[in-house]
Amino acid sequence: MRAMVYRGPYRIRVEEKDIPAIEHPNDAIVRVTRAAICGSDLHLYHGLVPDTRVGSTFGHEFIGVVERVGSSVERLHVGDRVLVPFNISCGSCFFCARELYANCHNVNANASAVGGIYGYSHTAGGYDGGQAEYVRVPFADVGPTKLPEWMDEDDAVMLTDACPTGYFGAELGNIREGDTVVVFGAGPIGLFAARSAWLMGAGRVIVVDHLDYRLEKAKSFAYAETINFSEHDDMVLLLKKMTDYLGADVCIDAVGAEADGNFLQQVASTKMKLQAGSPVALNWCIDAVRKAGTVSVVGAYGPMLTSVKFGDAMNKGLTIRTNQCSVKRYWPRLFEHIQSGVLRPRDIITHRITLDEIAEGYHMFSSKLDNCIKTIVVPQAA
Amino acid sequence: MAYTAEKPSLNPTADELRARIPGWGVDLDPRDRPGHVKERFVAGETGAHWEFPDRQPESYPRERTNEHKFLTPVFGTSCPPRGLSGAIRRYAYNFSEGKMAHWLLLMGADRVDVIESRVIGALTGKPDNLITESGILSELKRNGFKSRFKRKRADLKHQVLDPVVALTDPPI
Repeated sequence: MRAMVYRGPYRIRVEEKDIPAIEHPNDAIVRVTRAAICGSDLHLYHGLVPDTRVGSTFGHEFIGVVERVGSSVERLHVGDRVLVPFNISCGSCFFCARELYANCHNVNANASAVGGIYGYSHTAGGYDGGQAEYVRVPFADVGPTKLPEWMDEDDAVMLTDACPTGYFGAELGNIREGDTVVVFGAGPIGLFAARSAWLMGAGRVIVVDHLDYRLEKAKSFAYAETINFSEHDDMVLLLKKMTDYLGADVCIDAVGAEADGNFLQQVASTKMKLQAGSPVALNWCIDAVRKAGTVSVVGAYGPMLTSVKFGDAMNKGLTIRTNQCSVKRYWPRLFEHIQSGVLRPRDIITHRITLDEIAEGYHMFSSKLDNCIKTIVVPQAA
Repeated sequence: MAYTAEKPSLNPTADELRARIPGWGVDLDPRDRPGHVKERFVAGETGAHWEFPDRQPESYPRERTNEHKFLTPVFGTSCPPRGLSGAIRRYAYNFSEGKMAHWLLLMGADRVDVIESRVIGALTGKPDNLITESGILSELKRNGFKSRFKRKRADLKHQVLDPVVALTDPPI
């Protein structure tokens, strides 16, 4: 089969690899019909994530058709069209039994701090991902679900990570009716978080970014007020003024490790790897939220040090809530919202490429060319 | 205002928002949200039909964190450790995830892996190609100039360093 493979920081190519084999009785092999490139894939692409091995295949957002099943698989059959959550989860450990599928204890041999994630380096378990023609899906009876007949495939691939994570980011904010919510980051997660904040009763939603085309999308898709931080000297002061010097009730970090806004932080983290992530967005959250407010963090950071203003968080009495999203926990509610028309996740897709174009797709996404927000990859075997 | 008991309210009313924002308030009640009760015990309802999963066969000595009691029953088998990078990786797993040595050794091994792979690629007829692998041609196909010219973007200052990283991380 053909698959994207990592060749080093900023370098990927497509190679022939063996079609994955059944390695466990509850595995399924899925032929990928749609995959997506995630903003967090860029951390792998830029060489920021420890134990990212040359030859590995990225891609944790994908849907497809079941091609083979292991001997103990009961819920799926060959030919089923399925959505697969980006989490790999066993369904039976301490965490899965409490619906924390993102924190499964039985699937990641390399790191206890991280659950299992497709195509996200050995730090996330060493599984190849779905930017390929076929992918091994462990615990097929637990994670994947059959694609409903009424669901558009583009919406389905958005439901494997981006849409649930954005919704989860809003939920982590403990949003109450009338709250002022500031979302840092107008990428897919930020757009879904902002849209979801309204569903939870926010009174005001402000989205912060530096890319004008993404801020336009935040207005049209998420009905948000927008701020381009590159036009202002002091984001925190601006947000304090906008909230009558109280601060926001909720701040959501939908940016993560490669936050812009401070040249030195960017270079020290993303380029020189001296820290696991630029803390600019996270520190803006801590500073811009009101005392006793809530900071929700769904932006991804690495396992090493990041210099965070924890003293301010402590003195302000903040609630900080964070995790990877346990996707399948959110599917029932999100399926309802999509079927009722309240949410249309596919509206944020801007580009569609083949697997052969994936190197250029990554460069485009990394450099934010062509007003890129979300790129779908369609492997040839689809 | 913030200096008296009442919360400053500059926001529209619920009725105004409901009229303007499709779906406003459909998930208003926090107790009705999917994540309400962070740890909701659902054993038996997850799809798992086992108490502890069958163990995946170990076809090579699988490296693992020492913060797990034993090798997890299911594990990834992409890119087994090999060569010098593999030796460094195996050594790194002697340190817990709480130690910087663990992560710094893995980051170092990643760079050694890239060097080894480029040498092997060159020797086995699959050399790396900086132009195609970097995707740089998308600058021409995807409006590279227009995406940057006269746009207020905070990342333009450091994007010039991307080719430097691509060429020097690691320096081969």
